[in-house]
Amino acid sequence: MAQRIDIAYKIDDARGNAKKGNFEALGISGNIKDVRIVDSYTINESFSKQQLCKIAGALSNPLIEEFSINKSWAPKHFDWVVETGYLPGVTDNVGATARETIKDLLKKKFGKNTGVYFSQSLFISGKISQKDIEIIANSLYNPLIQRAQIKNFARFKKDRGMTVMVPKVKLQQKPSVDYVNVNVSDEELKTIGEKGIKNSDGTRRGPLAMDLEYMKVIQAYFNKLGRQPTDVELESIAQTWSEHCKHTIFANPIDDIPDGLFNYYIKRATDLIRKRRGKKDICVSVFKDNSGAINFDDDYLITHKVETHNSPSALDPFGGAITGIVGVNRDAIGFGMGAKPIINTYGFCFGELNDKRPLYRDAAKTNKMLLPKRIMEGVISGVNVGGNCSGIPTSLGFLFFDQTYRGKPLVFVGTAGLIPKKSHNKSLYEKRALPGDLIVMVGGRIGQDGIHGATFSSVAMDSNSPATAVQIGDPITQKKLSDAIVKEARDSNLYNSITDNGAGGLSCSVAEMAKESGGCYVELDKAPLKYPGLAPWQTWISESQERMTLAVPKKKWKAFQSLMEKRGVEATVIGKFTNSGRCIVKYYGKEIMNIYLKFLHDGVPRKKLVTRKLNVINKEPVREKEKDLSHTLQNILKRLNIASFEFISSQYDHEVQGSSVIKPLQGRGRVNGDAVVVRPKLDSSKGVVLSSGIYPKYSQINTYDMAACAIDTAIRAAVIAGADPDRLALLDNFCWCSSNEPERLWQLKEATRSCFDYAMIYQTPFISGKDSMFNDFKGYDERGKALKISVLPTLLISSIGVINDINKAVSIEPKFVGDLIYVLGETNEELGGSEYYSMLSEKLGEEYIGNKTPKVNGRKNKKMYNAIANGINKQLISSGISASRGGIAVALSKMAIAGGLGVKIALQKLPGSAKTDESKLFSESQGRIIITINPDKKGQFEKIMKGNKFSCIGGVVKERIIKISGEKGKTIINLPIKSAANAYKSTFKKF
Amino acid sequence: MKKPNVIIFSGYGLNCEEETKFAFELAGANANIVHINDLIEKPKQLKNYQILAIPGGFSYGDDTGSGKAYANKLKNHLWDELVKFLDKDSLTIGICNGFQILTNLGLLPGALTFNDNARYTDRWVDIRIEGNSPWLEGIKTLSLPIAHGEGKYFSDKKTLLNMNRAKEIAARYVEGEICKYQNLKPNPNGAIEDIAGVLGFKGRVLGMMPHPERAMFFTQLPNWPYLKEKYMRENISLPVYASGLKIFKNGVNYFTA
Repeated sequence: MAQRIDIAYKIDDARGNAKKGNFEALGISGNIKDVRIVDSYTINESFSKQQLCKIAGALSNPLIEEFSINKSWAPKHFDWVVETGYLPGVTDNVGATARETIKDLLKKKFGKNTGVYFSQSLFISGKISQKDIEIIANSLYNPLIQRAQIKNFARFKKDRGMTVMVPKVKLQQKPSVDYVNVNVSDEELKTIGEKGIKNSDGTRRGPLAMDLEYMKVIQAYFNKLGRQPTDVELESIAQTWSEHCKHTIFANPIDDIPDGLFNYYIKRATDLIRKRRGKKDICVSVFKDNSGAINFDDDYLITHKVETHNSPSALDPFGGAITGIVGVNRDAIGFGMGAKPIINTYGFCFGELNDKRPLYRDAAKTNKMLLPKRIMEGVISGVNVGGNCSGIPTSLGFLFFDQTYRGKPLVFVGTAGLIPKKSHNKSLYEKRALPGDLIVMVGGRIGQDGIHGATFSSVAMDSNSPATAVQIGDPITQKKLSDAIVKEARDSNLYNSITDNGAGGLSCSVAEMAKESGGCYVELDKAPLKYPGLAPWQTWISESQERMTLAVPKKKWKAFQSLMEKRGVEATVIGKFTNSGRCIVKYYGKEIMNIYLKFLHDGVPRKKLVTRKLNVINKEPVREKEKDLSHTLQNILKRLNIASFEFISSQYDHEVQGSSVIKPLQGRGRVNGDAVVVRPKLDSSKGVVLSSGIYPKYSQINTYDMAACAIDTAIRAAVIAGADPDRLALLDNFCWCSSNEPERLWQLKEATRSCFDYAMIYQTPFISGKDSMFNDFKGYDERGKALKISVLPTLLISSIGVINDINKAVSIEPKFVGDLIYVLGETNEELGGSEYYSMLSEKLGEEYIGNKTPKVNGRKNKKMYNAIANGINKQLISSGISASRGGIAVALSKMAIAGGLGVKIALQKLPGSAKTDESKLFSESQGRIIITINPDKKGQFEKIMKGNKFSCIGGVVKERIIKISGEKGKTIINLPIKSAANAYKSTFKKF
Repeated sequence: MKKPNVIIFSGYGLNCEEETKFAFELAGANANIVHINDLIEKPKQLKNYQILAIPGGFSYGDDTGSGKAYANKLKNHLWDELVKFLDKDSLTIGICNGFQILTNLGLLPGALTFNDNARYTDRWVDIRIEGNSPWLEGIKTLSLPIAHGEGKYFSDKKTLLNMNRAKEIAARYVEGEICKYQNLKPNPNGAIEDIAGVLGFKGRVLGMMPHPERAMFFTQLPNWPYLKEKYMRENISLPVYASGLKIFKNGVNYFTA
């Protein structure tokens, strides 16, 4: 019989108060008086009363909590109770910890079927209607992964409490292998590719994301073998060939470029830069491993990888984001022989927060899309739990809002790592599974969660999008795994190769490593499952989290196994690597997969892509002279894309590992900077600098400039924070849309061409990247009308670099009254796609994008950045900020808020061709940095800057005010810092 | 003068063990990180140590309540050894999650519960030292970062009264240099009587929410770029260390001085 323990707070519970606030913000009509939270543990095992008391004692703290056994705890008075728990099979971390605690406490061996399940009840008192309680309940749970029960007071009394539920997975299917007939009509082949293999009941298993051409190649391959493929084989090929894994759009020939965009524009730039640099090459491992790596010092490398987790985050924002962040951590752990994650980065693109129009995934309007605000809250909280629990500082980040992210949000997550170059005389950044090595899976177990993640994210999201693609991360299981690998097993030389189980699960990780040895042999029935009943094809491709695959030499298995056991990490041998040239999988002795590795990896048909030039002429706004620019400045500071997101920075632990140098919030005013500096080795004065650039709006005009601006911004912000311009590398993350349309491909080609050009000019190699080509939503509006929402073609450029002496890092806040303010670089009439135009458009009620994107003069900028780096090295620069979104006006305001000191500047002296005051203030011309210096250093500084465009335009003043005089010498902005700070911090104040 | 031996617990999601070890070694100790399962396997090794540190982290992901599951594990397997260790003239420090574990073990009075804002919070605080403890010798105030979701100290009135009398309140949140610099309210989590840390075992056991190991270097301070510029203009050489290191030095000095 299921037993249940309820635990309630005896003292004031901050969580209840916070929930009350959240509910009130839902706009319900009722009046909430009080919210009490009760945590429940449901256990499907028979325990004596005495044992249950002991368990309850261990799960509660008598000083602040009380418990109740097999009788629902409830406050004396309440009106409604809402209980939420997980659906069967969904990762339940609290339940799992409770299970471990109980096992350890009672020294009891649990049966396979004994589960402990966590749920939480909210007892709400107040005058709340049935409709309102449903709104409240809906805000508490996501039906894709959770269950809820609602009771009013009378019902609760009548039922004598909550209904006890045991969310145990019950799979009816008999785990078996099916052969799939591929000798069918083209029509049927197409359907298999699009909607998946047919089950016996006629339902489909979910997208293989393969078109007819792919299916035909598969048909031919198996016809040659004289047999039909098994479902395992077909699913396996689909994972490996997916856009997500093979990056076909980047790899295929396009127009006159036979090598494809990636090879021709991205990788070639890196190759050329490395060649030109010769001995001064900073790259060590690029594009071939889970992360890219550059030299940190003589003995260590730093690695970096930025991932996206867009599609899952649209369905379950919390689960999608937490899985994203712990997933990209594994790209560090899975680099070489295992790098230690040293810093996390994030960047979120959401729909506009006031967008409340209902959208549905299906025509019947049963699958409603979550609203941007809900998605945002879930995503932020997912990265919070994932990053904080893992003990990795989460520091650099950004937010970007646009209505085109309403269908699919973009969730960027990155992790940099640190790894010694050598250990045991072996290079740690290279790896090779050898024939005979055991295939070992370590970490979590396999369940139904995360099936078809790779194929699902390779297509547009619609009603076929599988709910099983959603997973929830378990950061502690991964932390145990990470510590055991990176801090112990690696340095004991216990394995030959390692990789992450990410997209495609075992099917991809094993087949990928099999390339190193030349083949693999898997006994799939050995793979540990979360619950029985999983079909072999599901086991093989499931993306259940927190798992890595290793190649362990036979003679080291015992030592490896014993170490993992002592660290509470499950490790299982599931086969061995071979040199047979084949990927062979058996299931209880029966062969269920036997494919040539060559076909699996290289059999994907190459398709020639064709682009079509897109000519865009956007509306230019009719600009009138602003009457009150102080007011305009306040308004732009409030904008979603400019405003402070301190509420995120301060809920992400950015101090753990003791490495923070330039923090995410800077100065007295705690302003979000554009770069961070960390010190990954506490005994070294060297540091790592991270920054990023992203300008999706510019894609509406010109993706070549869009990419150039993102690159320049990522480099510029790193340089002014103190990075050595000669030791900077870049990462690209393309989040495109409708990449089967020639116009979108043309935009993509232009962006990659720009990547090549600017990487070459700045001599900053790309070391790693990721692309996600179909960020489209196909669904229905409230009237059931079909619609498609495609994200703006989005490119995130991340930079990673080295600063030789962290003591020379530069922060954004001016520090002393009397210091001089300089603007370095030119300001031109470049307002197309700017935040200012977005603001004007909102004011005018019509979208004006404009046509003049900022043009990046890389050669000029490069020269200037080198001069600035020289100035920083000589410690001449007291503070510095890069001017980017929102222009000089925003950058200068951020400085003033951060420093808490007044700034006074004259626009007349501003270098560049911008004419009007508005243009000078808000143009987003690239290559500009604002700095302050000690007046004593004026001569020295100007000497260093000679030959560059720059101008001293004002100074730091005592009066706490932002004072700007315009073209005619008259004061055009006169804004107290306090007002500026209030505006900057008002937008997310209640978040 | 022999260097004291420090044992720093690790495992199950504790995550500040490396920087804590660094701080103790910087202060002049021999420090070892020992996984809790290795100690359970060979519990007698605890005898070789003079100082025990339970570092910060997220043991068991705070599931079932912060520090609870790790404390249960210690109770179930190492209780006798811990009691013996505490009975001798040893020092123990629990930082953040370590403090939460010590209160759940009942080795320090009170409990730590959800911050008033019901959210994980990372920021700097200033604390005023009040307690009598070898760990706190000669320290008046400190500026340190906190990073926790459950750091609000709670204890009943009677216990508080006794603790106040016995000088077992280690430190309270106050408005100091950093709060003034960043315009922050002193008490970051709603802790009762602004309590940031408490003492037990005649001051030999210290539990605190702020992280001294994240304030051992000058460049860890949130206002270091300002201070650097100030010192440069005043021709004062830049400091290397920050005040958090004092706690670790005090721990070492107790056995060497």
